[in-house]
Amino acid sequence: MNLIIVSGPPSSGKTSIILKTIDALKQRDIAVGVVKFDCLYTDDDLLYEKAGVPVKKGLSGSLCPDHFFASNIEEVVKWGNRMELDMLITESAGLCNRCSPYIKDVKGICVIDNLSGINTPRKVGPMLKFADIIVITKGDIVSQAEREVFASRVNSVNPEAITMHVNGLTGQGAYELSTLMYDEGQEIDTVQGMELRFSMPAAMCSYCLGETRIGEVYQMGNVKKMELGDENE
Amino acid sequence: MNRLTIGQLKGKYPFIVDYFEQNKLDTTGYEDRTFQEYIDDFNQEYLEDWAIDREKLVGDLWEYIEQMKQFLDLDDEGSVDSLTILPGYDKDGNAETFGGITIRTSEIISIVGPTGSGKSRLLADIEWTAQGDTPTGRKILINGEVPDSRWRFSSNNSLVAQLSQNMNFIMDLTVEEFLELHAKSRMVEDMESIIEKIIYAANRLAGEKFHLETPVTSLSGGQSRALMIADTAILSSSPIVLIDEIENAGIDRKKALEILVAEDKIVLMATHDPMLALMADKRIVIGNGGVVNIMETSEDEKDILLDLEKIDAIIQGLRDDLRSGNTLQFNDIGEVMGKCMMDAQEFLKAENW
Repeated sequence: MNLIIVSGPPSSGKTSIILKTIDALKQRDIAVGVVKFDCLYTDDDLLYEKAGVPVKKGLSGSLCPDHFFASNIEEVVKWGNRMELDMLITESAGLCNRCSPYIKDVKGICVIDNLSGINTPRKVGPMLKFADIIVITKGDIVSQAEREVFASRVNSVNPEAITMHVNGLTGQGAYELSTLMYDEGQEIDTVQGMELRFSMPAAMCSYCLGETRIGEVYQMGNVKKMELGDENE
Repeated sequence: MNRLTIGQLKGKYPFIVDYFEQNKLDTTGYEDRTFQEYIDDFNQEYLEDWAIDREKLVGDLWEYIEQMKQFLDLDDEGSVDSLTILPGYDKDGNAETFGGITIRTSEIISIVGPTGSGKSRLLADIEWTAQGDTPTGRKILINGEVPDSRWRFSSNNSLVAQLSQNMNFIMDLTVEEFLELHAKSRMVEDMESIIEKIIYAANRLAGEKFHLETPVTSLSGGQSRALMIADTAILSSSPIVLIDEIENAGIDRKKALEILVAEDKIVLMATHDPMLALMADKRIVIGNGGVVNIMETSEDEKDILLDLEKIDAIIQGLRDDLRSGNTLQFNDIGEVMGKCMMDAQEFLKAENW
């Protein structure tokens, strides 16, 4: 089974892109399933169901969605194999821009949209920098100039990735993306022992453990302070 | 390259400043050191805090330099003179019968057909420089040859620039800042004169003139469209421009096409507006996912265009009158409409209707 990890900021068009790509994969008789990771709520699973795609969803609730992803990916891969899928796509929203969901030797795709503004490539961390393929969406509603500037900035933070434009509404570019995704030779039965491309965002402080009170005396563990400088500086 | 200091690198490849900026690398004080030495100076905490992977950052820099070198060379030798579309199949697998079409720079081709007929697919085939590896099985040639894969994969060498009705400016910049930003990303040398040229061209298209200090988000619909067209014509690196309708309001569409053609673009235009369609040299008719027909714009059709242009000119005139507070006059319209009716009657008679 192929495993593809799709990630990207909220509302960047991940689900639309995956659905359009699955259309193209289906034409080639490739069986695709999706596991959707989110934090508090998602009804994207219904969209997949409606399209006849086997789907599971996982909500991380009060946990960091990235950590939740890493602790569940092995079981998810087993599910995909049980379903006899040719390709399993995991979809997860990068909520803090410091997310780092990609695994070495597993194809990673970052979906990012033109509307998010030209400084976004600079703001997004490993989720963008360590992707193999970067899909830029919503190019049909911004000017050509903005599209070009955005693409060139994406390229400068990850020049090794393939950058492409896909339209989530018309599907223009989705077929092409599907050809880059499927690799007949790849058989992933398990991700046991595989390694993340980059460490995930970390925190282990009193607030991680449910503390609600504000104030220095309640802060323990991995606590970091802003540098606000001296009034006279 | 590994041995060059950051100062030497900056001198040799000025564009790497962008790489440093986008990757938030402040190299001040390290001009005499190599990039590797600069990176090696980061402590563990810094690397973790800013999610930096040393190896990747170094590898990426060399890759970036290679790509940019290639990109800058291309301006001289990478020119596109023609685009050829070779037939494939429609949605039912029937072979397309058009035998191939070659479009040269400065040619305008319109694409017509109902929604869902396969216009997007055709454009995607072109953008992807399909080689029989898309659902239509079409092949795309550039300058009569199988194109280099850089057209597919390099974000700096996109083959197709797009202009559509739905596009908006979203950046919070003035016209000048906006054009500077675009020019910078294209690494043009003579920024000032390019910007002047774009403003001049855009103001020729727009009903109302705008200034360099105007924020792009407060331009009117017509002004935005005019700026987008002029900017795409003059500053975009893409040799093919795809237009998805241009609305009739507030912009001189004939001049818009003239500007694109003057910049040696290949213009593809999806439209159902007779005036635009007739300005094209040929039109591609799409149906059921395939190219059904390719028609040359006939002399008779060009005559219709003349009448349409007159009607359009009158409407534009009325628009200008409205804008400047004049009383509207109707007599010219009657004259043109009368002539059109007569032409139509003659046509029907000739066709034995």
